[in-house]
Amino acid sequence: MNKTMLSPLHNSRTGMKTWKKCLLTLAASLVFGTAHAADVNTTGLAVTDKTVKVGILHSVTGTMSISETGSVQAEKMAIEQINAMGGVLGRKIEYIQEDGASDWPTFAEKSKKLLVNDKVAAVFGCWTSASRKAVLPIFEQYNGMLYYPTFYEGLEQSPNVIYTGQEATQQIIAGIDWVTKTKGAKSFYLLGSDYIWPRTSNKIARKHIEKLGLSVVGEEYYPLGHTQFNSVINKIKLKKPDVIYAIVVGGSNVAFYKQLKAAGIDMTKEKPLVLTISVTEDEILGIGGENMQGAYAAMKYFQSLPNENNKKFVADFKAMYGKDIVIGDVTQAAYLGPWLWKAAVEKAGSFDIDKVRAASPGLELTTAPEGYVKVHPNHHLWSKTRVGHARPDGQYDVVFETKELIEPDPFPKGYQ
Amino acid sequence: MFAEYSSSELLSIFAMQGVAGLILFSVFVLMALGLAIIFGQMGVINMAHGEFMILGAYVTYLTSNLFSTYLPDFFSIYFILAMILAFIVAGALGAFVEWAMIRHLYHRPLDTLLATWGLSLILQQTYRTVFGPREVGVTLPDWLMGSYQLTETIELPINGLFVMCLALGISLAVALLMYRSRWGTQVRAVVQNRPMAGAVGINTAKVDRITFALGCGIAGVAGSAFTMIGSTGPTSGQLYIVDTFLVVVFGGASSLLGTIASAFSISQAQSTMEFFMSGSMSKVLTLLFVVLILMVRPQGLFTLKVRR
Repeated sequence: MNKTMLSPLHNSRTGMKTWKKCLLTLAASLVFGTAHAADVNTTGLAVTDKTVKVGILHSVTGTMSISETGSVQAEKMAIEQINAMGGVLGRKIEYIQEDGASDWPTFAEKSKKLLVNDKVAAVFGCWTSASRKAVLPIFEQYNGMLYYPTFYEGLEQSPNVIYTGQEATQQIIAGIDWVTKTKGAKSFYLLGSDYIWPRTSNKIARKHIEKLGLSVVGEEYYPLGHTQFNSVINKIKLKKPDVIYAIVVGGSNVAFYKQLKAAGIDMTKEKPLVLTISVTEDEILGIGGENMQGAYAAMKYFQSLPNENNKKFVADFKAMYGKDIVIGDVTQAAYLGPWLWKAAVEKAGSFDIDKVRAASPGLELTTAPEGYVKVHPNHHLWSKTRVGHARPDGQYDVVFETKELIEPDPFPKGYQ
Repeated sequence: MFAEYSSSELLSIFAMQGVAGLILFSVFVLMALGLAIIFGQMGVINMAHGEFMILGAYVTYLTSNLFSTYLPDFFSIYFILAMILAFIVAGALGAFVEWAMIRHLYHRPLDTLLATWGLSLILQQTYRTVFGPREVGVTLPDWLMGSYQLTETIELPINGLFVMCLALGISLAVALLMYRSRWGTQVRAVVQNRPMAGAVGINTAKVDRITFALGCGIAGVAGSAFTMIGSTGPTSGQLYIVDTFLVVVFGGASSLLGTIASAFSISQAQSTMEFFMSGSMSKVLTLLFVVLILMVRPQGLFTLKVRR
C-alpha cells in the first residue's frame, strides 16, 4: 500500500527487518482484504467492504398505498436500527426504494431493475398476491431473495421468497374455528375483492366451513377499487347470515364499511357479525374507527399486543414517525424481513442468495414484536394467530390467541 | 332463487334494490354533470375531473377538522358549509386552470387530453405531498349517519337520500342556468357558433372561463358528497373518472339531458345485474351493453341538432 514507507527504511540496518515486516503486512492485508470480499459475495451482488445494497419495492401511489406505506416505514426503521448496531457483516445497509404504483406489471419491471441493474442482495417488497405472482418468475430467473410481508392464501413455496406473513391455514382456519366455537356461528356470507387472494382464501374458508357442517349462503366479488356496495349489502340483509366473512382490499374497504354502517348494520350488535382478514390498523385510519367498531379481525399481530418486544417496537415506531402513527399486521411482518435476512446472512457468513437460503430454515427471532417466530423449511414462519375486536379509537382489543405456534402449511391436504 | 322469500319480502328486495339503483344514479349524475358541461358544451376533455372532485373532498376534510377543533357546537352544520366551500375552491382552481392552460388549447382536443392528464398527475402529487399518501377519514355529522326505517323491511340509508336530493338540486340548478338565464344563453351561443357570438358582443373568453369553473365547481361538490360513501386519498379520483367519461360519452357529449338519461340507464343496468350475479360480471355486461350501443349509435343517446 504505502510504497513511500519502504524507501527511507531501505538503507538502515533495522530498516531491513522493518521493511520485511511492512512487506509481510502488506501481503497479508491484500490477501485478507480480497478474500474477505470474495468470501461474502461470490455472485457479484452490490456489496462493498463498507456497504451492502438492498431493495424496497412497495406501492406508494395508487389504491394500495393506504396499505403498503406502513411496510415501507417498518423496513426503513429495521434497516436504520440494524445500521446503528453495526450493520450486517460489518457493512451498512443502503436501500434503493422503487414504487410499484399498485400496478402489477410495474412491480415486475421494477424488480427486474433491482435484481439485474442494481444487483441488490435482498428485496423487501410486495403486498398483494397479484404483485407477488408478477415478480415471482423474475426472482426465480435471476435468483434473488424476496421477503414478502403479507398474510396470503398459501399454495406457494418458492426457494426465492421468505414469507414473513401468515398463510391461509394459519390465518383463516383459526379465525373460523374461533367464531364457530365462541360465537356459535352457523351461516357465512363470503365477500371479497376480485383477485387471487380473496378468491383462494374464500375457497379455503368455504371448504373449512363445509367441513364443519355449516353453510355458506353467498359468495360475491367486486373489482379492486370498486366503490358502490349497496347491492351486496341489500343481499346480505336478505340472506341474514350469522357472519359476514369480508376480504375487501385496499381503498374499497373505506366505501364498504361506510356504506355498511349507512345501511343500518351495526357491527357491535353482531347480527351479523363481521369477521375480516384484510383490515389492519392501517386501513382503519382511512375507514374511520367509528365505522369499523365492533368488527372482528383474524391476524397474527395487533398494535395493542401487551408483550415487552411490542411495547418497545411501538415506542420506537412512534418516535420515528409521529405519535399518531398506527402499526398493522403487515407492517410488523415487514419489520421482521430485514432482521431475518441479517440473521441468515450472519449465519451463512455470506451474502450469496444460495447460502442465505440454506441458512434460513430454523432461524429464530425472539425479539419479534409479535413475540417469537421461527423460519420453517418451507420458508414460512411458525407464529400464533389472534383475533381482535375493533375499538372506536382505531385499535383492536385482542380477544383470542392460539395457545401454541401454528405450523405453516401452504399446501394443506383437502383444501385445494 | 326467489322461492325462499315471501311476496312481501320480495317487494322489499325490489324496493331496496331500486333505492340502491337510484343512489347509484345520483352518484353518476353528480360525477357526470360537471364533466358534461365541460366536455359537452366546450369540447374540452378534462382528465383531471376526478382530481377536482377529490379537491372538494379534501376541502370537506379540512372544514370538518376546523369545526371539530374550533367550533364543536356547530359541527352538525359543517357539511353544508363544506359543500359550498368545495364549490368555491374547485371553481376557483378551475378558473385558474382555464386561464393558465386550457384557453390555449381550444382548437386542439387531443392536446387538452394530454395537458389535463398531466394536470391530474400534478394534482395527485400535490395532494400526496400536502395530505400524505394515506387516505384521510372524514367524520360525518350525526344527522347524516344511519338509515331511515320506511317500513319493517325497507331501510333507506340517509346519506343515500342526501346524495339523491343533492343530485336533483344540482341538476335543476344547472338546467335553470342553462336554459333560463342570460348567461346560459351566452354559453349556448358560444357553443353553437363562436365567431358569431363574439361578433354580437359576447365576451367568449369570459364565458369559457366561467363555464369551466362551473363544471369544476360541480365536481368539487360531488367530491364533497362522496366523502360520505367512499375514500378520500390522492388517487381516489381515478376510481371515478372512467365511469364519469362512460356516462358522458354514452349520453351524447353535447346534451345534458343525455347525460342524465345515460346515468339512469347505466346505473339501473348495473345495480339490477349486481343483484343477480357477481359485481365483476355485472360490470362486464354493463360495459358490453354500452359498447354495443355506441357501435350502433356512436354519437351517444341524445344529440343536439347543431347548425355548424
